[in-house]
Amino acid sequence: MLDSIIFYFFAGVAILSAALMVTRRSAIHSAVFLITALLATAGIFLQLRAEFLFVAQIILYVGGIMVLFVFVIMLVRLDVALHQLRFSKQKWVSLIVALALFAQIAVMFWISRRLPGAGLPDAAPVDKLPPNAEALAKSLFGPYLLPFEIASVLLLVAMVGAVVMAKKRTEPE
Amino acid sequence: MSPALRGLLDFIEAWWVELVCGVVIVAVVPLIAGYVVLMERKLMADMQARLGPMRVGPHGLLQPIADAVKLLIKEDIIPEDADRIIFWLAPVISMTAALTAMGAIYFGPSFYVARDINVGLLFVLGVSSLGLFGIVLGGWASNSHYSIIGAIRSTAQLVSYETAAGLALVSGVLLAGTLRIHGIVDAQKSDGVWYIFLAPIAFFIYVVASIAETNRAPFDLPEAESELVAGYMTEYSGFRWALYFLGEYANMIVVGSVATTLFLGGWLRPFPNVQWLNFLDLLPPLLVAGVGAYSFSRASTQPVPVQKQFMWGVALLCFTIALILAVPLFPGPLRSLLPGLHGAFWFLLKVTAYIYLFMWLRFTLPRYRFDQLMHLGWYILIPLAIVNVFAVGGAMVLQSEYHWNRWIALGITTLVTLVTALFLLHIHDKRSEAAGAAPPTTTDSYAG
Repeated sequence: MLDSIIFYFFAGVAILSAALMVTRRSAIHSAVFLITALLATAGIFLQLRAEFLFVAQIILYVGGIMVLFVFVIMLVRLDVALHQLRFSKQKWVSLIVALALFAQIAVMFWISRRLPGAGLPDAAPVDKLPPNAEALAKSLFGPYLLPFEIASVLLLVAMVGAVVMAKKRTEPE
Repeated sequence: MSPALRGLLDFIEAWWVELVCGVVIVAVVPLIAGYVVLMERKLMADMQARLGPMRVGPHGLLQPIADAVKLLIKEDIIPEDADRIIFWLAPVISMTAALTAMGAIYFGPSFYVARDINVGLLFVLGVSSLGLFGIVLGGWASNSHYSIIGAIRSTAQLVSYETAAGLALVSGVLLAGTLRIHGIVDAQKSDGVWYIFLAPIAFFIYVVASIAETNRAPFDLPEAESELVAGYMTEYSGFRWALYFLGEYANMIVVGSVATTLFLGGWLRPFPNVQWLNFLDLLPPLLVAGVGAYSFSRASTQPVPVQKQFMWGVALLCFTIALILAVPLFPGPLRSLLPGLHGAFWFLLKVTAYIYLFMWLRFTLPRYRFDQLMHLGWYILIPLAIVNVFAVGGAMVLQSEYHWNRWIALGITTLVTLVTALFLLHIHDKRSEAAGAAPPTTTDSYAG
């Protein structure tokens, strides 16, 4: 009972603020609604007893990425944006993309029901769960070490690339 | 009894400690913040050979309450072109973030809001970093040049120094082996040492970074009053401004609590495991009683009878607290309260000492220039923190795999880190020499 109230609260906030994020004209308002949507998602993570994901979502997405978003928005002239078109006119392209995404998710759900495991696995009893941060660390540095390291290297490459691109170009002598 | 009421009663029965502690935090922290401000003004006055606030109450003891009333009834001004909703929202974000972060902190072994979350330290770090949005959005919504420059400075500063602070905390967490706040203190108890002695460099980095994170001098560039009027809060007045102020001081308490938990042994008394030092348990009641005796002796020098009575009241309050702290020392049924009461005392004492250090630095050091601040963060503190993480990790490997003595291992690695620090400083000096040690291109004759 309480669980479902909490879930629908967070889910509702997330969907509502995501919709508002797309439709607001002022970029700062959009950013604020995006922050709200991310925080509501973090709340759902917490309800699933994934404390580490909850905190990581807050620290990385809200505390890190969104801060940089807002920082960039503050440097942009917003009155210019007010005179531009509000929505993209490419109706057909967006329709096709949205339908494709919907089909993809629907197929995934359909297949997962047909698999031998029959749908989503049952939730483990709450008090039997191992500590979340430790469990995550063990699986990242145990069975999934190679993918984890590959992802790290990829991020490092992206970071170095960004630094190189942002660097001032010096004229060749 | 209806099921809804039954459910509510069950909920209250299961969570009453947390609910009471939460209410206490929300109700008491503003008051404490007010008195921290008074303490700061008094200290500043003392260091500058003045008296400070003396008018309201004896020695200005009622000044915070007078200030709060003044701020509440002050006219609330919103600039014409401000983004009203965000202007309203921003101070609330700042304050809420700081208070929420406080929810995960243990002020004593039995005073807590959030039950032992197993990522407690990360929770405090993450939620308190949300306060930045209050500053940024407030600065933007005011639609004023000073505000937005303050906000931009603040973002750059906080993003840079959060990295350093986080990496410094990693060193401490490596030693504790857990992110649970209760677990961190327990680890220090079973190791028999505060982690400030095992990881002094991490503590130093955390102190510097936390001063920058709370926007205090010498890093108070977001609100540098000689350059930016008041930075992001230039356009704020009345109670909204007070909310910002509360958020800032609550944040000081949060960083103080994190440092206390991780590096200064939390609620443990000094040398918690040494039996023959058990007489240190007498210290809390004696200290508080001493303060009471001092106020009593000062009462006779007060000029007005009301002030005399007030001083007697303060003395009485101190004696009562001393009595409460002394009761669990005697054998009896109340003995079980000892860790809780004395734990809270030691914790608050350590946090106060940390905040005192902040104030001391504020009145001693001049403000940094913005480029110096960024250089300090990116060229020195962050590399040093990274090296320190590796050093502490290396020491732990030496200890667990090769059975080295813990102190020798950590001593060597600390030396390595110090050498790295000197090397970094050397490189930095050379680089600024190469750049001609150029001061900023535009000189501001009003700066300083």
